[in-house]
Amino acid sequence: MTEAGTLDAGLHETPLRARHEALGAKVIEFGGWLMPVQYGGILDEHRAVRERAGLFDLSHMGELFVEGGDAGRALARALVTNPPTLRAGRAHYSMICADDGGIIDDLIVYRLAEESFLVVANASNANVVSDALVERLEGFKAVLDDRSLAMALCAVQGPRSVDIVAPLTDVDLSSLRYYAIAEGTVAGIRALVARTGYTGEDGFEVFVDNARAAELWDTLMAVGRDAGLAPIGLGARDTLRLEAGMPLYGNELDRSTNPFEAGQGRIVKLDKTEDFVGRTALERVAREGPRRRLVGLVMQGRGIARHGYAVHVGDRPTGVVTSGTQSPTLGKAIAMAYVAPVDAEPGTIVDVEIREQRVAAEVVPLPFYRRPRTDG
Amino acid sequence: MAPNDLRYTKDHEWVRVEGDEATVGITDYAAGQLGDIVFVELPDPGRTLEQFATFGVVESVKAVSDLFAPVSGEVIAGNDALTGAPELVNSDPFGEGWMVRLRIADAAELDGLLDADAYGALTTEG
Repeated sequence: MTEAGTLDAGLHETPLRARHEALGAKVIEFGGWLMPVQYGGILDEHRAVRERAGLFDLSHMGELFVEGGDAGRALARALVTNPPTLRAGRAHYSMICADDGGIIDDLIVYRLAEESFLVVANASNANVVSDALVERLEGFKAVLDDRSLAMALCAVQGPRSVDIVAPLTDVDLSSLRYYAIAEGTVAGIRALVARTGYTGEDGFEVFVDNARAAELWDTLMAVGRDAGLAPIGLGARDTLRLEAGMPLYGNELDRSTNPFEAGQGRIVKLDKTEDFVGRTALERVAREGPRRRLVGLVMQGRGIARHGYAVHVGDRPTGVVTSGTQSPTLGKAIAMAYVAPVDAEPGTIVDVEIREQRVAAEVVPLPFYRRPRTDG
Repeated sequence: MAPNDLRYTKDHEWVRVEGDEATVGITDYAAGQLGDIVFVELPDPGRTLEQFATFGVVESVKAVSDLFAPVSGEVIAGNDALTGAPELVNSDPFGEGWMVRLRIADAAELDGLLDADAYGALTTEG
């Protein structure tokens, strides 16, 4: 297995660094990794994913395998969701919380087999999650195998994804449902293929060993050319997920927020029999109601709401913007914000403070964008 | 490439002088660094700008950047086309992407600006 490169500065680089350079990517540091933020331009890349397909290097994400007879039960104790209820080949969105109910990370948990799970964590939290899982697995017949630095991840997202990936894989994509995962080959390379993503489009996340990452990327780029596949950086990844109403750890989610505030109360399975970390605190939030609520905002006046801008209703401060941008698909400025529960009703008009001016915005339900469904 | 008939600030604004009027914008280098521009906030006509003080904001998808006045003066007009088409700053930064027109308060202030060669050197150093 090939370890991801580790640079002097303590930064990691993915096996695809040379590919990004060759494509003229602007590279930044993100979550301890050198990553492409854009190639041709964020708006073009965003539109490519919505209209055709995009190829993402997501090798910075954490891949944590949990295996053993108690793997499911151990994860039920460690996380807010109930992984034993997953059938093999299925996945769900989850969170790992602290005792006080604060969110340590948001995750996707894939069940690979009866005794085998893959937990995918955000790059910036992979080490913290890994350490927390090791601690929480104590006493269970389950071991953690952190393969984050050994595995690469490429995602193909967009309406043409199936056309591009299907000819390359022995996995039957027509029976691979949303939030499902299968083991097989892609371009002759052993891979896990998951129908998950962070864009609001159909698509696949393909996990391979580092040593095969460049070959996978090159094949996808070549095969995808006719379908208009474009390389996509973290800049467009952010505008895509924001339109899709998906939270970003560090913006909407952090140690001071809990799943209920973030609109994710349904993933906290209080009815599971396991005691789990954060249960007492989260039961209390469920009982009393969250103290603030995450909402979508569409700007009504001229201006773009950005992370950290204050939100008011009249003279009364009510919260803060967590993410915001000009939505390429909607042609309007959109944002996510925490507001007082009383102001969270869709249709409420709030004011966002933008450089000492107050600009009106309307509370709307999330997501801002849903992909058109042409399938039955 | 920095046109020769313009003057520049080290913050990448350009100014074109015609008589006692100046047209101001940002350079192709700045527009390239910012990436896709999605919003421009400009001062109203009648406002007085002070050399090197902020007079507005240019926003890319990801970031907000201040605009700094190359010279002092009174705003005659802002480029209204940038309201509906902020991408003009990317496609034609020295032409259709102009930002404000002002009446120059003190022509001597131009001496404090960079010429095309000096600006070019600045952006090559990087």
